[in-house]
Amino acid sequence: MRAPSAGDTALGEVLLAVEDVSLSFGGVRALTGVSFDIRKGEIRAIIGPNGAGKTSMLNVVNGFYQPQSGRITFKGEVRKAMRPYAAARGGIARTFQNLALFRGMTTLDNILAGRALKMRRGFFWQLIRHGPALAEEVEHRRRVEEIIDFLEIAAIRKIPVGRLPYGLQKRVELGRALAMEPDLLLLDEPMAGMNLEEKEDMSRFIIDVNQQYGTTIALIEHDMGVVMDLSDRVVVLDYGRKIADAAPDNVKKDENVIRAYLGQPHGVSV
Amino acid sequence: MHLLYQIFVDPFVQMGAAPDLFAQTLWDGLVAGVLYALIALGFVLIFKASGVFNFAQGIMVVFAALTLVGLHEHGVPAFLALGLTIVVMFVLAFGVERLMLRPLVNQSDVILFMATFGLTYILIGFGQLLFGGDPKVMIANELYLPSGEMRFKGLGGFVSFQKIDIAAVIIASLMVAVLAVFFQRTRIGRALRAVADSHQAALSVGISLEQIWVIVWFAAGVVALTTGIMWGARSEVSFSLQIIALKALPVLILGGLTSIPGAIVGGLIIGIGEKLGEFYWGPLLGGGIETWFAYVIALGFLVFRPQGLFGEKIIERI
Amino acid sequence: MLYREVGQYKTSYAADMAVFPILQDRIGLGVILLVAFVGIPLLGNDFLLQAVMIPFLIFSLAAIGLNLLTGYTGLLSLGTAAFMGVGAYACLKLTTYFPQVNIIVWIIVSGFFSAAVGVLFGLPSLRIKGFYLAVATLAAQFFLEWCFIRIPWLFNYAISGAIEVPKRTLAGMALTGPTATSQTRYLVVLCIVVLLTWVASNLVHGRIGRMWMSVRDMDLAAELIGIRLLRAKLLAFAVSSFYCGVAGAMLVFLWYGGAEANVFAIDQSFLILFMVIIGGLGTLIGSFFGAALIYILPIVLRLVPEALGLPLYPATVEHLQFLILGVLIIVFLVVEPSGLARLWQIAKQKLRVWPFPY
Repeated sequence: MRAPSAGDTALGEVLLAVEDVSLSFGGVRALTGVSFDIRKGEIRAIIGPNGAGKTSMLNVVNGFYQPQSGRITFKGEVRKAMRPYAAARGGIARTFQNLALFRGMTTLDNILAGRALKMRRGFFWQLIRHGPALAEEVEHRRRVEEIIDFLEIAAIRKIPVGRLPYGLQKRVELGRALAMEPDLLLLDEPMAGMNLEEKEDMSRFIIDVNQQYGTTIALIEHDMGVVMDLSDRVVVLDYGRKIADAAPDNVKKDENVIRAYLGQPHGVSV
Repeated sequence: MHLLYQIFVDPFVQMGAAPDLFAQTLWDGLVAGVLYALIALGFVLIFKASGVFNFAQGIMVVFAALTLVGLHEHGVPAFLALGLTIVVMFVLAFGVERLMLRPLVNQSDVILFMATFGLTYILIGFGQLLFGGDPKVMIANELYLPSGEMRFKGLGGFVSFQKIDIAAVIIASLMVAVLAVFFQRTRIGRALRAVADSHQAALSVGISLEQIWVIVWFAAGVVALTTGIMWGARSEVSFSLQIIALKALPVLILGGLTSIPGAIVGGLIIGIGEKLGEFYWGPLLGGGIETWFAYVIALGFLVFRPQGLFGEKIIERI
Repeated sequence: MLYREVGQYKTSYAADMAVFPILQDRIGLGVILLVAFVGIPLLGNDFLLQAVMIPFLIFSLAAIGLNLLTGYTGLLSLGTAAFMGVGAYACLKLTTYFPQVNIIVWIIVSGFFSAAVGVLFGLPSLRIKGFYLAVATLAAQFFLEWCFIRIPWLFNYAISGAIEVPKRTLAGMALTGPTATSQTRYLVVLCIVVLLTWVASNLVHGRIGRMWMSVRDMDLAAELIGIRLLRAKLLAFAVSSFYCGVAGAMLVFLWYGGAEANVFAIDQSFLILFMVIIGGLGTLIGSFFGAALIYILPIVLRLVPEALGLPLYPATVEHLQFLILGVLIIVFLVVEPSGLARLWQIAKQKLRVWPFPY
């Protein structure tokens, strides 16, 4: 969505590296010694049974949780403990399983909110609006309309998001994340609660975002079909540990993965 | 330098130099604290069971006391008036549930909070219309509440305890004990705790939310009546009491909005802290710091423990 | 059918994002401004100006201030009156030390003092939320009230303990003090309120308004898109207190002509909060509606018994006011929790399709 610059990671190189990250809440160990990396331009799936720690992993990347040990390297630099807004400024955008939309605002305003980091006009210009501030708003409105067209939500853009059906709300949230023009897009169960048609639409959008705009994507997903079709590589977590890390086809056949999802067979040889 | 001495050393020197005054101030603070705790208790009851922050708790104290005194003024014998007032508080609880809580059942907390503002104004207007706006004298004697003082020689001088204050502390402690037993041991108490945890889960096991709310607002009303009697006996019954009741808010902050022991401990801390602050540090600032000192104490606590001493930590799940 | 937008196409984003995109709205606004600037001063009598219009405008401004903080940013504040007081006392000291500077300048500048105090008491909002923050603002309210009474320097050591407003002029016309006419004062108040309302409108329609609303709707998500929460919240406190401070200065200098500290007591804070709630949280026009209802209603209530020939004691009328106000608040919250502004929106919606039902 923007012209490449010299500081960018080259396609194929490691964009985000998670090294030996451990996270616990009180007595609960959410993540134990997890390491993997995400390469620029790829679609990385993070899968695992419920409670495996997938959302916690994204939250760590995002800055919502600070891991007790381990480190994270993003765009070549080791990251210090940071708040979510710093991660956002660094170029990481995120959607949520349970939706984190601004319910009091319209679709358009929600996506425009995603442009917050890009809007530079200072307080004084905002006070009088007419002039540079308005010009900047119009400019960003143009970009946002591109995203709206891309996601095919033009018809609902003036509607307060609280009134939209769940599937459309998810699309709006994706739009807001895209508006940030992120280097890394974290999607937490983008297909949850959708029917087949909606899933196909969403899959198409994800692929388009990746191919047209070159955005690196990490997604958590339960639908195996989607995971196999969309992703370049897959990380599998179980009880907070990584149990597999390979291309989708290999992961499908991995014994550990099968056991994690289906459980130990009793008295039947596998 | 002198200022530092005045703030950090002198007050303690004064405390040591006149231990009887110190004990007296402590006692006064304790009594005030007990009464703040009672008001806070009413808040906590309602908040625990309905999630409503009942801003009208203070005016309920005034209204209950006014009703009692007003009935007596019209010739009703003291204990009958007391009984009738309890009935009135029940009717109030019923009315609140029917006309305020039920229509607003799904609204956000802020809306319900604002509704209790409306309730406050209704009670102020109604109370003033029925009983007039002048301060009244509590019928302490008629209710066989002790009066007079007890003096103890010691600690280098003497300390005096008003008998009504002692009675207040005892009655408040009894009330807390009764409520604690009620919550822990009875079926209704259990239901109240269930509702406090989760409305939907409580509904799914057949607990009637409406009944619980009436019960809990009634309980808060009885607590308010007790507070009103005690406080009115110590000074007088007037609408200015309602502003003093706002002091319960720092108590709630300290103690956490959902904790009964927290309300007690918070009340004592605020009451004692306030009195000590006014007596020993107040003269430095020209006096009258009681109006805001409690809030500053609470604010200080909040910065370090946003959920209060006993409150539940607010966990935000993403 | 009067209110149809048929034929009004927007051909640019700027036009689409205008504050009043519909022509009829713009005409309506023009009419209101005409009436306000020309009609009322020419045709209104002293009572209308002094007892109704001036305080209505002043309270509307304070309500806008509170609305920016509570309605748009979601930070409940119970210290509005205290911040108004800061503005009033700041104005007094400024004009005492620099009497040659025009009082209108000082009225606006006093807002900055309020803003500074507001930011100070808003600092806890980093750690504290919701009701707990409201209690922090109560600390501000009670502490500042205490200051107004206990620091004699603030009211120029006047024996009465009250602010005594000196006479100030502009181009020969008296603006403050006993000789200032109600027309002059009304026009000054009107100009300031219209200007500041325009500024507030600019803010809320742009990125700052969106930032505040993000913080209100879900502050975790706001952080997620790169908003720094503390800055956003402190900015809200600053701007809100600025508005309240200016309103407070106008209250003392251009309306009352003097003031005792109890003018800025906690009941005033509650009253303004009611204006905002009943008028509509998160709307500018709601601030005006709320101020109109809450302020003008008691006046009407006072006049009605007289008009009907019922002799009621003034005290009884006052008690009735409390009662009716309380009932109104609950009724409003039940019927339309989003306030009068929402009712107005619904009415306009109905107007659009009139005479058809939908």
